[in-house]
Amino acid sequence: MKADATGAAATAPSTRAQVAHLLRRAGFGGRADEIDAAEQAGYEATVAALLAGPVGSADPGVAATPPPAFADIPAPGRDPAARKQANRQRAQQYLQLASWWLDRMVRASGPLVEKRTWFWHGHWATSVVKVRSAALMLRQNQTLRSLGGGDFGALAQAMVRDPALAVWLDEAGSTRQAPNENLARELMELFTLGVGHYTEDDVRAAARALTGWRLDRTSGQLVFVPAAHDDTPKTVLGRTANYDSVALVDLLVDQPASHAWVVTRMWNRYAAPGPVPADVMSRLQTAYGSGRDLTALLRALLLDPVFRGPAVVGALAKQPVEYVVGALRALGVTPDDADRTMLLAALRRLGQVPFEPPNVGGWPSGDAWLTAAAVQARLDFARWAVTKADLGVVSSAPVGSRVDATARLLGLDAWSARSRAALQEVAGQPRTLVALALAAPEYAVN
Amino acid sequence: MDLWTRRKFLIASGVVGAGALAAGGAVIGWQDLAHGAATRPLAGGTPVLVLVTLYGGNDGLNTVIPAGDSAYQDARPDLAYTPGQVLDVGEGLGLNPALKGLHSLWGAKELAIVRGVGYPQPSHSHFQSMDIWQTASPSAPATTGWLGRWLDAHGRDPLAAVSLGGTLPPLLAGATTSGSALPLGAFHLPKGRTLASFTALGAAASDDPATLAAAATADRDLLTVAHTFGPVLDGLPTSNSTATSTPTSTSASTGGAASGSGGEGSLAQQLDVVAACVAAKAPTRVYAVSLGGFDTHAGEKATQEQLLGEFDQAVSGFLGKVAHSANPVVLAAYSEFGRRVQANANQGTDHGTAAPLFVAGAPVRGGFYGAQPSLTDLDAGDLKFTTDFRSVYATLLDRVLAADPKQVLGQDFPRLGFV
Repeated sequence: MKADATGAAATAPSTRAQVAHLLRRAGFGGRADEIDAAEQAGYEATVAALLAGPVGSADPGVAATPPPAFADIPAPGRDPAARKQANRQRAQQYLQLASWWLDRMVRASGPLVEKRTWFWHGHWATSVVKVRSAALMLRQNQTLRSLGGGDFGALAQAMVRDPALAVWLDEAGSTRQAPNENLARELMELFTLGVGHYTEDDVRAAARALTGWRLDRTSGQLVFVPAAHDDTPKTVLGRTANYDSVALVDLLVDQPASHAWVVTRMWNRYAAPGPVPADVMSRLQTAYGSGRDLTALLRALLLDPVFRGPAVVGALAKQPVEYVVGALRALGVTPDDADRTMLLAALRRLGQVPFEPPNVGGWPSGDAWLTAAAVQARLDFARWAVTKADLGVVSSAPVGSRVDATARLLGLDAWSARSRAALQEVAGQPRTLVALALAAPEYAVN
Repeated sequence: MDLWTRRKFLIASGVVGAGALAAGGAVIGWQDLAHGAATRPLAGGTPVLVLVTLYGGNDGLNTVIPAGDSAYQDARPDLAYTPGQVLDVGEGLGLNPALKGLHSLWGAKELAIVRGVGYPQPSHSHFQSMDIWQTASPSAPATTGWLGRWLDAHGRDPLAAVSLGGTLPPLLAGATTSGSALPLGAFHLPKGRTLASFTALGAAASDDPATLAAAATADRDLLTVAHTFGPVLDGLPTSNSTATSTPTSTSASTGGAASGSGGEGSLAQQLDVVAACVAAKAPTRVYAVSLGGFDTHAGEKATQEQLLGEFDQAVSGFLGKVAHSANPVVLAAYSEFGRRVQANANQGTDHGTAAPLFVAGAPVRGGFYGAQPSLTDLDAGDLKFTTDFRSVYATLLDRVLAADPKQVLGQDFPRLGFV
C-alpha cells in the first residue's frame, strides 16, 4: 500500500480487504472462512446479513452464555472481617460479570449486537468501581443491548432512569435544596450534545430538572421522591418549562447538535478519528432522521463509500477488548473458568477492563493504545493464547505457506513485506509463528 | 464550537490519547535517554521542573482551608474541617490533615502556596478546562501545549520533556517537537531466533500508513526500553503487582466519573522513575506526572483525604530523594479547576473555578503568593480568581527553564517571587 502525505493509503482497497475491514469494525474480525463467504456474497449483502444476524437465544453463542445471576451481598455492618468478606464477594461478582461479557463476545455467532453494546458502554461510560454492584451494571448492560439499535431518544430516556448511571453520576440523592450537577453536565457534554452547545446556566437548570431520584439499594430501583424534586420552571437552551428528567431528555435529543453528536461519536469509533467529512455527515444525519434511528445510522455508516475507502480502512488501532476477543474468536478458543482471571489480568495490563472505564469520557481510541507497554502485554497474552488453540491449519501447511495460513487464520487480508519476511524466519515453529503474528503491527490495526 | 475542537478537548483529557497528536514527534526515547545521559548529561546546577497534574478538579477549599471563616463552615457543614483539624499555615488558613509532608516543607520554607489561581471566563468542563491549562490558551482552542511550545523554541529536543506513563499529555505536544512518553514496568522479551524475528517485525518502513507505522514503532520501542533502560529501572518496584489487582483494591479510583488519569502506575511509582532519571543525569529539563480521582461530587471528604495523602507521601518522598542531587528540582502541582463553595446534597461539591497551586522544592521560596479569594463575593457561587495561571507558568519558564515566557505564552505575565 502506498501512503500519501496524510498517512492514508491512496489506492482503493480490494473487495476482500473491504469485507475483512467490515467484519473487524462491525464485529470482532472474521475468520478466513467468514471472509471467503463475505467476499463471495459481496459487500452490501454482508452488511445486510450482519444487521439481520440472529438475535437473542436464536444465536447459539448467546444461548450458550446466559447472563449470571448475582446473589445479594448483605450490608456487612462495621465488623472488619465481615466487610472484608463482602468486598471479596463483590470482587468475585465483578470478575464473573466481566468474564461473562467477554465469553458472550467471543461466542456470539452474530457479533454486531455485542460490538454495538460495547460501543454504547464506551459512550455511557459507567464504572463498577464506583457503582459497586455487579447486578446494577448487568442491568445497564442489558439496557444498552436491547435499546442500542432503536430510537436514541428511548435509549437516553432509559439511561437517565438507569440505577447504575444514577449512582455513577450522582443523580441518586440529588435534591432541590442542593442539586448535584454531575449528570446534568455530562448528559449534555458527553451523552447528547457535545461541548459548546449549552451554557453553564443550562447545566444548573438541567441539574434542577434531574432532582428527586433516590436509589433503593434493596430493590435496586430508582425511586422518585416528589418532595425532593424541583418542580419550579427552568430555562434550558432558551426554553422555559417545568422540566423533569423526561422532558429534559426529549428537549436534548431533538437538538440538531445532538444529531450531529451521535453521528460523530459513532463515526469516530466505527470508522475513523477526527471530524466527520461534511458529505458523510449529511448522509448519516439523513439516515438517522427525526426518528433518531440507530440501526439506520449504523447501516448507512457501514455502507458509506468513505467507510469502505482508503481514508478509513486501517485508520484505527484495535482497542484491547477488540484485540483479545478477536484473537480468541480467530483461534477458536473458548475460555474456561481457569482462564478467566488470566484474561482479565491481561486486559488490565492493556488498560481496558469491561465495566471499568477510566472516567465518564470512556476509553481512548486510536493510536493511544499503541505503546511499548501494551506490546509487552500483547506478547504475553499471545504466548498464552497459542497454547490453548488448535493450530492445525498452520502446522499442516508446508513451511513455505505457513505465513499465509496464519494470515488466513487471523483474518488478515495481507502482510507487509517486512512482517512476511520476519515471520517466515520462525515458520518452522507454528506456535511461535502465530504468537508473533499476534504481536505484528498488522494485527494491532483494526 | 466545531466537533473537531471537541475532539481536541477529549485528547486533552487523555480520553483520546495524544500519541497521534505529536506533530512529527518520535514517540519514545528510553534508549536515547540512556544514551543522552551517558553522552550529554544534564550539566550540574541546571534546574529541573516536575509538573504534577491532578485530574478531576481538586477541591482547593478543602486543600488549603479557611477553617476559621464562618462563610466556609456555613457553605459546607458536612464537608468542613474545624480550625483544630487543619495544619496551620497562618493567615487564617490550614492544610488538609492529610498533607503532613507538605506541612513540614512549609515549616522548612520550601513550599509556596499560590492562592486563587485561575483564568477569566472559567470553563466548568473537565475536558475543556484541562485543555486550557495544558495549552495555556483560555480565550481560544490551541493545538499545542505550553511546554510543547517551549520545546519548539528551545532546541527541539524531544528528550528535554518527558511524561511518565503510556500516553503523552497534550501539554508536551509542540508544533514541530513533542516530548517523550515513557512507560513504567517490567519487561520480558522473547529470546534467540524469536527475538530476531520480533525485532524485524517492528522495523520502520517508509510506506506504512500512519496507524501501521505507530504499531511498528510500539514494537520497536519495547525493545529499546527493555534493552537499554533496564538498568535504571532495576531496583525500582515494578508496576506488575498492580496488573492483577481487583477493582476493590484500586481504591484511589473510586473518586468519581471524571477522575481521568494521565498515566499508569501510582504517582509514587512515576516519581520513583523521575528520581532515578534525575540521579542518572538524563538530559531532561521537564518531567510530567499525574494522579487522578479528584472528581468528588459525592462522599468527598474520605476520597479527597485519601488522594491528598497519596499525593503528600509521593511528593515529600520524592523531594527527599532529590534534595541533594546535582540538579535543583522544582515541583509544581495543579488541577483543572477547584470546586463550588457550596456543598451539594451528596456530601460532595460540583465543578468550580479558582484554586490554590503548590510549588515545592529546595530552590523554592516558601510562603503565600496571590490573594485568597473571598468566600462572600462570588461569581454565580464560584470563587473569583486572583492570580492568572499564566503568571505561574511565566515564573517557571523564566526562573526554572531560563526561557522567555513571551515566546511561549504569546504575551508577558507578572512574575511571582516563589523561585
